[in-house]
Amino acid sequence: MEILTKEEAKKIIDKVLGYSKADEASVELTGKRTGNIRFARNSVSTSAETYNLSLSITSVFGKKQGTSTVNEFDDASLEKAVRRSEEVAKLAPENVEYLPMPGPQKYLESKGFLDTTAKIDPAQRAKFAKDSIIPVRENKLTGAGYLEDSAGFEALGNSKGLFAYNKSTSVDFSITVRTADGLGSGYGSGDFNDSALMDTKVATKVAMQKAISSRGAKAFEPGKYTVILEPTAAGELISFMIRAMDARTADEGRSFLSKKGGGTRIGEKLLDERVTIYSDPTDKDIPAKPFSSEGLPLEKVVWFDKGVVKNMSYSRYWAQSKGIAPILAPDGFIMEGGTGSLEDLIKDTEKGILVTRFWYTRWLDPQTLLYTGLTRDGTFYIENGQIKHPVKNFRFNESPVIMLNNLEAMGKSVRTRGNMVPPLKIRDFTFSSLSDAV
Amino acid sequence: MNRRKFVQLSGMGAALFSSGMVQGRIISAEDLMMPGIDVTAKKRLADVALNAAKSKGATYADVRIGRYLRQYFFTKEMRVENIVNSESYGLGIRVIANGTWGFCATNDLSVDSIAKCAATAVAIAKANSEMQEEPVILAPQKGVGIQTWKTPITKNAFTIPVKEKIDLLMKVNGEAIKNGATFVNSNLFFINEQKYFASTDGSYIDQDVHRMWPTFTVTAVDKKAGKFKTRDALSAPIGMGYEYLDGLASEKMSILGKPTVYRFSYDMVEDAILAAHQAQEKLTAKTVVAGKYDMILDPSNLGLTIHESVGHPLELDRVLGYEANLAGTSFATMEKWESKTFEYGSKIVNFVADKTQPNSMAAVGYDDEGVPCKNWNLIKDGILVNYQATRDQVHLLGEKESQGCSFADSWDSIQFQRMPNVSLQPGKEKYGVADMIKDTEKGIYILGRGSSSIDQQRYNFQFSGQLFYEVKNGEIVGMLDNAAYQSNSQEFWNSCAKICDKDDYRLFGTLFDGKGQPGQSSAVSHGCSTSRFNGVNVINTGRKI
Repeated sequence: MEILTKEEAKKIIDKVLGYSKADEASVELTGKRTGNIRFARNSVSTSAETYNLSLSITSVFGKKQGTSTVNEFDDASLEKAVRRSEEVAKLAPENVEYLPMPGPQKYLESKGFLDTTAKIDPAQRAKFAKDSIIPVRENKLTGAGYLEDSAGFEALGNSKGLFAYNKSTSVDFSITVRTADGLGSGYGSGDFNDSALMDTKVATKVAMQKAISSRGAKAFEPGKYTVILEPTAAGELISFMIRAMDARTADEGRSFLSKKGGGTRIGEKLLDERVTIYSDPTDKDIPAKPFSSEGLPLEKVVWFDKGVVKNMSYSRYWAQSKGIAPILAPDGFIMEGGTGSLEDLIKDTEKGILVTRFWYTRWLDPQTLLYTGLTRDGTFYIENGQIKHPVKNFRFNESPVIMLNNLEAMGKSVRTRGNMVPPLKIRDFTFSSLSDAV
Repeated sequence: MNRRKFVQLSGMGAALFSSGMVQGRIISAEDLMMPGIDVTAKKRLADVALNAAKSKGATYADVRIGRYLRQYFFTKEMRVENIVNSESYGLGIRVIANGTWGFCATNDLSVDSIAKCAATAVAIAKANSEMQEEPVILAPQKGVGIQTWKTPITKNAFTIPVKEKIDLLMKVNGEAIKNGATFVNSNLFFINEQKYFASTDGSYIDQDVHRMWPTFTVTAVDKKAGKFKTRDALSAPIGMGYEYLDGLASEKMSILGKPTVYRFSYDMVEDAILAAHQAQEKLTAKTVVAGKYDMILDPSNLGLTIHESVGHPLELDRVLGYEANLAGTSFATMEKWESKTFEYGSKIVNFVADKTQPNSMAAVGYDDEGVPCKNWNLIKDGILVNYQATRDQVHLLGEKESQGCSFADSWDSIQFQRMPNVSLQPGKEKYGVADMIKDTEKGIYILGRGSSSIDQQRYNFQFSGQLFYEVKNGEIVGMLDNAAYQSNSQEFWNSCAKICDKDDYRLFGTLFDGKGQPGQSSAVSHGCSTSRFNGVNVINTGRKI
């Protein structure tokens, strides 16, 4: 499938809008190629490539709306899809919170599309896998990994004259390497918009080294420890907090940002003053789509500024009810970090636990953002600035809010799972029990 | 609607979700009742695929023609947030060539497209065989000829008018608010899988599978105290039609005048009223004192523990390492099974895998490799005796036929090993929940599914719930809050001291169980009776920020 250009996409959208008899109509046109290759036990297990070009039309009569989708693009099919969405809208119950569609908008430019990634083919996918499998085999270890790449575009238009277009690419890789005796396990990963930056050998080397050195783990008592969270682990917990920054739930009294007695905690210093977290669709490391599903522009938003709750996300409806402009939830976030590396953090630690990643993290209490989960694939004891030995995995019960109040130090932010996150050194991190899992 | 929006609308957080919940094109409710293509046309298309694969060098091929219909309702307070009707239709071809699997799928069901897709599947198999260390060994499966199977339902949910379903949810939400809820989200999920399978073994199987799940979350807020508490529905996702919502009195069970629980008929309005009262009660419930307790676990809670600590660890692909990069491996390793002495649980613990269980969500006539469904023991008198396997794994267990555990969530997904219904067998002697509470000195009685987490080899777990009742000297003395139980799977099942009899047996289920890379979703049920586990560690999850 070819990625449709802005002009080609607009032509189709305008044609579909031309068929509309509704009070308002909006059209979303998306096209995507995804490819993947999965391996386990040092052999490729599955591999696939899929293509999809799809158009979705929403028709509105008063406050009633209906949507239909079509993936055939002849005139008759497109018109049929419009009529179907109108039929569905007429039958739908009224949405009392419906707001009229927005008109034309201006968008920032995001540079998330790279030809290198768009051109990945099955042979290159196989090479990515081979680059990982061969060293694992040669070291008599066992690898299981997964690579997924995609290239696509999204275009939006509505009967009020709004039009938005964005194209993007991505490639994600992760590998878990286990020792033959089952006593060691290590993890490595990488995710980029540009596949030229992807080197599966590097991630595999990290995973192999962690697997080998995690054999013979010693048991530590559960309790409160100083931890160094690698960016993958830290990012997971922080992303839960960023996803919970909806203003409506806070106003309604059911969020960690609700204030006792009513109101929200906006303007309060909730985290360590070194914590600044923002989102920006034009960021060079994590470029993102610069508009929302309704076509509203996404811009740079500071969520926490020096530990203070600066902004919360407001849907169009909730923003209007509060008399402010909407603030939209981001696709990715950037946490400002320090200048040093992970190794520097380790070097500066007298006693602590290094955590590679977390697993099966689930909420316990939405009021305190308390989460539970486990460490996995490389947990080590640090003493006097050096990794001394592996330790058995722990279960944690911790809140990112509490964690970011117990911040000791930060390293340089790196990209992990679509966010920019620094490695973090945290004191009094709560491990509640031990796990025998390797 | 993207996945993030779906999860937000459903108001159900991150529990047991996969990416496969909303797939396909959006259609009208009326289109959900349109028949798919005729079975003779499916056979013709299937033969095109099988012949094309063979002509390109496949030594085995199977084809699945799938039509997947979904209708989901999302409501919040007295408004409908969304109704999603979707249809996904297409064909997937799986082949073995050069001893390696290959797969291709298409939604273009023209003869040329199908032949091309079959050729691609063979080409992928041949390309991947370069990195193959061991050839695929497939257990023999005699062709079953032309067969049909249908979930035994009395009311097809898609024939119930949309208005009737909205009226039900508005009644649920209205009654919850009238009875003290500050907020309420309610949902209905209906799924129909029309699956046609054919293989070079000589099977042509047409199946019509129905599943559904009514659920809600009620929230009570005390703004003055800055507190809020929720209570989720005590329904089960189930392999039934709309008749599950009849709310038959004969299928309700009142436990010592406290909560009401439901067997094969659910009263959604009644449960919402109870939930509204109980969410308020939770606001002032006593915080639990951490320590060891005897845990009395209702099937609505124990079902999830079974799913995580027995269902997943006994998936043979996990045991072998195929899921190592994401879901992990398993503590239930092959040598433990080979020893025939591994004490997975106490002597009263018996687990059966059963893909024929009535009203269960994994019940079908044949799996996605054309293997007739059956039941078998997984844990017998506490000893690990078997796993869950597919045709290409079962030789490792020394068995000559597959256990029928293959499933794909869509025509364009590759089928792989998925969990059958895994259920704890009830106790043999007459013994009810009242007897169990009477026999407990210091315990906690838990109902409903709460937060869950387990490690990547399924040793250490932590589960919470919806309702916690303190049991002292044989009586329920009040409600508790902030409780979660932690254990190790083997220790936990060995602490199983008592299981209620068959009169208390009920199903738990998950409609969206995620597994694999890329992720796939499947539905499965877990049956059990209320059970007691002695001396389990309970932690207090209350914190302040």
